[in-house]
Amino acid sequence: MNERAMDLPRSAVDQNWPHVLRWGLVCGLVLVSLCLVGMPVELDKRAIIERHLSLGYLFVLLVPIAIGWVSSTLLVLEGVENRRQGLYDLVTGLVVGLIGGGVLSLLMVALDNWNLRDPLVNWSPQLFRFLTYENGMGFGAAAWLCTGALLGLAGAALHVVPSVVRRTTAFVVFGLFFLSVLEAAISDLSEGFGLESLTDWLYAKKGGLTVTSTIVVGLVIGAASMVTRGRVKAATNRYRDMEGAERQKASMILFVVVAVLCIVLPMFLGKIMNELLANVGIFLLLALGLNIVVGLAGLLDLGYVAFFAVGGYTTAVLTSPNSPWFAPELHFGVALVFVVIAAGLTGLLIGAPVIRMRGDYLAIVTLGFGEIIRLLFMSDWLGPYFGGAQGITNIPGVDLGFATVKGTDPRSVFYLVLVFCAIAIYTSWRLQASRLGRAWMAVREDEQVAEAMGINTVNAKLMAFVVGAVLASFSGAVLAAKVGSIFPTSFMILVSIIILVVVIVGGMGNIAGVLVGSFVLIGVLGGPKQPGLLQEFQNYKLLIYGILLVFMMLKRPEGLVPSARRSRELHQDEFLQDAWLQGDKLESEEEEGTVVTATVSTGEVGGAEE
Amino acid sequence: MSTHSLTTKSARRLAAVDRFLTFIRVFLVALIVIGLLAFIWQQIDADNPFARWRNPDARGLTGDQFKGLLISGLSQGSMYGLIALGYSMVYGVLGFINFAHGEVFMVGAMTGFIASEKFQANGMWEQNFILCLLLIILMAILFSTFTAVLMERVAYRPLRNSPRLIPLITSIGVSFFIQNFVLGLFGPASKSYPRLPEWLSKQRSILTFEIAGTRLLVLVVAAVSMVVLWYVVERTKTGKAMRAVAEDKEIAALMGIDVNRTIVTTFAVGGAMAGVGGILWGLMFRSVTHMTGFLPGVKAFTAAVVGGIGNLGGAMAGGISLGSAESIAPMVILEPLGVPGVSQLKDAVAFTVLVLVLLFKPSGLFGERLSAEDRA
Repeated sequence: MNERAMDLPRSAVDQNWPHVLRWGLVCGLVLVSLCLVGMPVELDKRAIIERHLSLGYLFVLLVPIAIGWVSSTLLVLEGVENRRQGLYDLVTGLVVGLIGGGVLSLLMVALDNWNLRDPLVNWSPQLFRFLTYENGMGFGAAAWLCTGALLGLAGAALHVVPSVVRRTTAFVVFGLFFLSVLEAAISDLSEGFGLESLTDWLYAKKGGLTVTSTIVVGLVIGAASMVTRGRVKAATNRYRDMEGAERQKASMILFVVVAVLCIVLPMFLGKIMNELLANVGIFLLLALGLNIVVGLAGLLDLGYVAFFAVGGYTTAVLTSPNSPWFAPELHFGVALVFVVIAAGLTGLLIGAPVIRMRGDYLAIVTLGFGEIIRLLFMSDWLGPYFGGAQGITNIPGVDLGFATVKGTDPRSVFYLVLVFCAIAIYTSWRLQASRLGRAWMAVREDEQVAEAMGINTVNAKLMAFVVGAVLASFSGAVLAAKVGSIFPTSFMILVSIIILVVVIVGGMGNIAGVLVGSFVLIGVLGGPKQPGLLQEFQNYKLLIYGILLVFMMLKRPEGLVPSARRSRELHQDEFLQDAWLQGDKLESEEEEGTVVTATVSTGEVGGAEE
Repeated sequence: MSTHSLTTKSARRLAAVDRFLTFIRVFLVALIVIGLLAFIWQQIDADNPFARWRNPDARGLTGDQFKGLLISGLSQGSMYGLIALGYSMVYGVLGFINFAHGEVFMVGAMTGFIASEKFQANGMWEQNFILCLLLIILMAILFSTFTAVLMERVAYRPLRNSPRLIPLITSIGVSFFIQNFVLGLFGPASKSYPRLPEWLSKQRSILTFEIAGTRLLVLVVAAVSMVVLWYVVERTKTGKAMRAVAEDKEIAALMGIDVNRTIVTTFAVGGAMAGVGGILWGLMFRSVTHMTGFLPGVKAFTAAVVGGIGNLGGAMAGGISLGSAESIAPMVILEPLGVPGVSQLKDAVAFTVLVLVLLFKPSGLFGERLSAEDRA
């Protein structure tokens, strides 16, 4: 019966009700938990479009759209005739959204009648006011029922409308959203260029886009997306297909453009934006290192922060006059040599015991090492050498002769980080294609086969640890010079996990992916202690990191910008299935041909036997 | 000829790592032995030069102090054991480390806090403590089980056949999510359990061991839950199904066992044990935050490895050994070696135990029980 229902176009009211009800309740539950975690009220402070739409409302409104879309997605099976999506799906989305809005209204009733503030800290009158649009219970309930249903419908409609409309809407919505998120960066940049009038037109005084600018920019983006349709993809494809000298030339131009942008842009940016960029750079450096260990060699190192700490502490001890035990007050550049040595040795020391372990044991043991190193730096035992919980203060900046790089001048820190990042990117890029890099990938894909192919897996893994450790220690050194002091609390396990999220969300084993990951996550949401562009997220970024990690693992384990080889590995089943289906097709086409070859081959075998 | 030289070269390099590992092993054992010897000598004759060698003002331990350390190690270890059961069972069945299991434990402790606070507010806590205790344990079991089952359904089931590290990374994400979700719901403040009634928490003397009533309660509850778990796993049909699935999923399915349901049951039972552990934690340390689950979780995993993963008796024994090592080793091994502030290194000791076990006997003290595919 079910099969018949799959094939035939069903009438719009003959829904699969348990399915609809389940998704409706999921929608409601997500909305309620969002409210009780306190996100809407807290994010309400950030305006997106003047006072008409705040980030808080945006987050709540997104839920029914997303769930409406998911609940009306049609499972597309290969080789099965699919029905066209239409009214049926719209009704699904509508009902799902309606149920979600209903659950939210129930929450409002509960908020009005009971006080559960004691365990639930966000059970507050502010939440009630937020939900009712400050217009009383009846209005709020009616409004949420309507908006829920409409948004669910909108989510489902994304499946139904032609792809041009879907694409354009997506571009307009995301474009406006990013424009609003980047408010601080854009206004800072335009001030640097002396274009304050642009900022004044674009953004309202209290933050957020103005209504006119929203409409105008929305139209512009919409038009642009219509014009560029298919061209961007064609251009990237052309670039990909280029060969030899032509490709080299194109790459060169691209490289020069990026380099000039990186060098010139910070000059026009203010202090806060440069600070942000410097933070992104520090984490990018870490992520590039972890990308080698996790992405290329497939060793899940959860104690990666240990190398970061070693880099930071070595720099601090060697350069600071306040180092409690041994203070040679070396120059940063000289200290860097020792930092590399110390980090390499730590990499060997941590790597050697764990190298033979199963992948998951390796993860937990490295996590243990990460904690051990932090606890040792914090303990009274090593306190006389590393300052214990007080840390080491008064670390001088980097004296370059013509300028000094230090935390009070974030632009200089950014340039310093840029140099290290360039080195790291170049090394990882060259290593990827080298003998060692291929050995890493072989170990990642199948250790036993790699070993049988003559790869010294022990050495390859140790090298991954050492290279990763050195890159992380650079980052630690820059952090020490930037902040000017170093404390054990900067090296919590949290840091390791955030870098892991950056690498995974960006795309394991892919440098471009890591770049995108660190800009999007660290730049927008912020690092463990450093705020990002959306400072309002401070309390929720870890929650979002957790959700992102789970979501990426479930839906897109290869990351936003996948490396081709890695995604082939992860989707091997699907590739095999595709190959099998295609093979079937080929077989039926060439049936006669195969018979002939079969007879030939048996004949050959027979001949050989004689 | 050329292949020959290649293999010998590779073998030599392998040997370098092995030599280094042997060196680490010998070094760690030597440290432990020296520390122990110094400690024992100190106990026999406090003024001998060997005892004073590293730590001139060591005083050693009196018998009562030693017994106190042992008891605190035992009660804490039994909690680790209860959590370790969940790690061990899930690893046995699905072959991955459920990193978020510590968070299940934290949910149990949190539930217990909310319920016990309400009970205290209406006076029931003092009047009828045993009933309250049973109720909060029941509630903690309920919520922990729910959390564990939900995470299996949402996050782990779709990943059943993916490469081994993927579910582990997912579970890290789940752990992060639960921590911060609880933080959002209940706020960052540390929550403190109400005091136990005086008649229960007072000091008692059993077989010359001075033991606080709270610790005794912890030991009793842990023992009872262990017996219940043993009965479920070894004597009921569900338990038999769980063992069969752990042995070989496909053949279990062929024998008519509902594998999905059995996996859910495994998560549920593990979650229930973690819930009980959470309540005991709350009663003993009396303070709970959203981060409570992290360290005990990692240590409980250590306990599961120490006892041999997949081995339930081993998990409990591993928990108790880890708890005892953590409480005794700083005083007995590190103090005589002249390390100051040893109590700060408690956690470092626990992680060192993990490294030691994996260096010397990766299959754990009591042998691991895993299916052939998970052992790879």
